[in-house]
Amino acid sequence: MQQTLPEEFYQWMEELQAVDFVLVELTLYLDTHPQDQTAIQQFNQFAQQRKHIKKAIESKYGPLQQYGNSYSGMPWNWSDGPWPWQL
Amino acid sequence: MWVYEKKLQYPVKVTSCNPTLAKYLIEQYGGSDGELAAALRYLNQRYTIPDKVIGLLTDIGTEEFAHLEMIATMIYKLTKDATPEQLKEAGIADHYVNHDSALFYHNAAGVPFTASYIAAKGDPIADLYEDIAAEEKARATYQWIINMSDDPDLNDSLRFLREREIIHSQRFREAVEILKEERDRKIFF
Repeated sequence: MQQTLPEEFYQWMEELQAVDFVLVELTLYLDTHPQDQTAIQQFNQFAQQRKHIKKAIESKYGPLQQYGNSYSGMPWNWSDGPWPWQL
Repeated sequence: MWVYEKKLQYPVKVTSCNPTLAKYLIEQYGGSDGELAAALRYLNQRYTIPDKVIGLLTDIGTEEFAHLEMIATMIYKLTKDATPEQLKEAGIADHYVNHDSALFYHNAAGVPFTASYIAAKGDPIADLYEDIAAEEKARATYQWIINMSDDPDLNDSLRFLREREIIHSQRFREAVEILKEERDRKIFF
């Protein structure tokens, strides 16, 4: 089912997607360039930034991951929509 | 194990209901050079490839599942409001009579997905060349779909996916060089 969330959610999500893009790119790059110290520093810096954004989104819009990678609200809110294709 | 995240890798917007585009896009869902084939191909090769490139195959294979979800989202959004009549006009009545609006792993011509799309030779260089070819074929397929599409929002997401194929191809080429270096080192040992 189609759902719309406040504009702020989409901005947060885009910020997470942008940071994660850097992290995916650096992950693949480091898989073939494991000695690049500058890239590793950048990777760790962005990994920390992602943690902050994830926390900010989850505090308002519920868990992004589960299996214990995110905290749950009461009641269990992991199965609440919208799912990514419903946005 | 794998951990799901409730987030698309890149935003997917569609301008309007357009089942004809969905018909083309399903090539990248259940087609020979599609995202499912890519994910299964790389993750399956990991077990017998030299240790130096297992990480790369794991990470690219995982990213392919994120791409599969983007393609699924596009197809879902392009068809969810279509009437049976519109599906018929788009030439996907044969899909509708079997699956209603459910997605299914088949290509643009309706041929169901098969494991024979995936090669695993056990020879690291042969497998990586297969992967490079797969990425280049997927890149070309994205270009052909973009050429067929008049949806600017959709094309933005498709261009992102097309660029990812280029990156993956590049990384696989580097993996080949890493393995060649290893091999040559052994000869002069």
